[in-house]
Amino acid sequence: MLFPFAWMIMMSLKTQVQNTAATPLWVFAPTFENYRNVIERNNFLQFTKNSLIVATAATGIGMVLGLPAAYAIARFKQRGLSLWILISRIIPYITFLLPLFLVFTKLKLIGSFTALIISHLIITLPLIIWITIAFFEDIPTDLEEAALVDGSSRAGAFVRIILPLVAPGVVTAGILAMIFSWNQFLFSLILGGPNTKTVPVAVFNFLSYGSQDYGAIAAAAVLITLPIILLSLTVQRYIVKGLTSGGVKG
Amino acid sequence: MSLVSLKDRRRQPGGLSSWLDRNIRWVFPLPAVAVLFALTILPLLFNLVLGTQDRSVSDALPSRFVGAGNYLQALNDPRFWNATKLMFQFTAIAVPLQMLLGLGLALLLNRKMKAQGIVRALVLLPMISTPVAVALIWALMMDPNLGVLNYFLETLGLSRSLWLADAQLVIPALALVDIWQWTPLVALILLAGLQTMPDEPFEAARIDGASSWQAFRYITWPMLQASLFAALTLRLIDALKTFDIIEVMTQGGPGSASETLNVYAYHTGFEFLRVGYTAALLTLLLVIVAVVAVSVNLLRRRV
Repeated sequence: MLFPFAWMIMMSLKTQVQNTAATPLWVFAPTFENYRNVIERNNFLQFTKNSLIVATAATGIGMVLGLPAAYAIARFKQRGLSLWILISRIIPYITFLLPLFLVFTKLKLIGSFTALIISHLIITLPLIIWITIAFFEDIPTDLEEAALVDGSSRAGAFVRIILPLVAPGVVTAGILAMIFSWNQFLFSLILGGPNTKTVPVAVFNFLSYGSQDYGAIAAAAVLITLPIILLSLTVQRYIVKGLTSGGVKG
Repeated sequence: MSLVSLKDRRRQPGGLSSWLDRNIRWVFPLPAVAVLFALTILPLLFNLVLGTQDRSVSDALPSRFVGAGNYLQALNDPRFWNATKLMFQFTAIAVPLQMLLGLGLALLLNRKMKAQGIVRALVLLPMISTPVAVALIWALMMDPNLGVLNYFLETLGLSRSLWLADAQLVIPALALVDIWQWTPLVALILLAGLQTMPDEPFEAARIDGASSWQAFRYITWPMLQASLFAALTLRLIDALKTFDIIEVMTQGGPGSASETLNVYAYHTGFEFLRVGYTAALLTLLLVIVAVVAVSVNLLRRRV
C-alpha cells in the first residue's frame, strides 16, 4: 500500500537516465537535481504561496462562520443545516461551479483570489461544521450553565468557556479543511488565473505541456504531498475522528 | 419612560447582549446558512435554469429558451450513454473491492498490536494525498514502456499491459487507483464501528465454544451493518462523481474510453463552452447520484 509513495520518492531522486532504464534501478546515488529544477524553473514557491493564501483564508472564514453554527446545531438540536452538508456531499462540485463561473465572469473576478477563496468555502465550511458538531456535542452543558449563572452572556460563554474546550476539534477541523482546500483541483483549475494558480493546477499544466521528465514529475508530486503528510501526522489521533465523523472527500 | 421597561433593563443589562442571548439559536447559524445558500442552493437553481437554455459562455451569443431540448439531446447522445455506462463500470469495479478490502483491513487493525498509532497514520496517507499527485505517480507507474507495474508483471511471468492506453483496460486501471486511495476510508469507518462494539456478546460466544468465523458471522457482521452502509453510501456517491484522477491520468481517453459523465460534462462545459447542454448533463448526473444514494438507504431500512 505504501509502495506508490516509496516509488515516487525514489523516482524523484533519480536522474532522467536512471528513470528511463529498461529495468528499474533499486540502488542508486540520490540526486536533488529534480527538486532544484521544479522549484527554480517552475515558480513552485509562488504557486505554493497561492495555495497557502487560498487554503488559509477559506479555512479562516470557514471557522468564523462555521463554529457558531456548529455550536448552535449541537446545543439546540437544529438539524436544518445538516441538509446543506448532505447537498454539498451528494452534488458534484462542477454543478455549483458552472453557475459560479458565469457569475464570476460577469463580476470580472475570474483569476482573483476572491473567486478562489469564495469557491473553496464550499469545501471548508460544511467540513468544519460537520466535524465540530461532534466535538461540541461532547461538551457537557453544565459548564456553560455555570457561566450563565455567573452573569456571562451566551456569546461570552461560547468564546471564553466552550471554544477552549473544543480546541482539539477546532484544530482537527482546521487541518482537514486546509488539506482538502490544498488538494482541490477543479475549482482552482476553472476559477484560477496565471497569478493565482495553485500547486495542483500548476503541476497538472506542467505535465500536460508534454513533459517527459519523470524525475521532475515525481519531485513535484512529492512537494505537493509532503506538507499535508507532515501536517496530518502531527495530529493523527484527532484526524481519524474527524475523517470518520464526516466521511468527507475534497 | 414606563416603570416596567426600566425594571426590565435593570434585570437584563446590555440590550444587545440580552437580545443576542434570547436569539442565539438562529443568530449563530445565520451567517453560515446565508453563505451556504449563496454558494450551493442558488448555483443549483441557476444550473436548473441554464439547463433549459441554449447558451454559450460568451455573452456575444444570445441565449435562447429551449425547454427540455438539452435533455432530449442528451438522451439521444451516444456519448452521454457511453459516459453513463463508464461511470457505472468504474463504480461497479471500485466500490465492491474497496468494501471487501476495507473490511479486511479494519478487522486487521482492530487487533491489539504494537505501533498501532504508526500503522493507522500510514493507513491515512493515501486518502489525504493530493489527487493530482496520486494521479501523476500512478500514471508513471502505469507507463506501458517504463512503468514499474509492467516490470512487476514480467517478473511474475505475465505479459506486459498497455494499462491506460488500452481502451478495454483503462476503466479497471483507474478503478485500481480509486481502490488504493479510498480503501483506507472504508477501513477507518468500519474500524470506528468495530471499536464501539461491546465485549460481552463475544465473551459469551467464546464460552459457548463458537469459532471465530461464527463470532464474525453472527455477532460482528450484524452489528457492523450501520457502518457498512455509511461507508457504502459515501463511496458510491464519490465513485460516481470521480473527476480529478480520471482527468489528470487520461483526460477521458483513449478516445472516449474513460470519459465518465463528470468528465464528459467538464469537457462540454469548459472546453467546448456549451453551457446549456452541460447544465442538463449535470442535472442528469445529479439525479443518478441521488437515486443511487436514496436506494442504498432504502435497502438499509429493509436489512
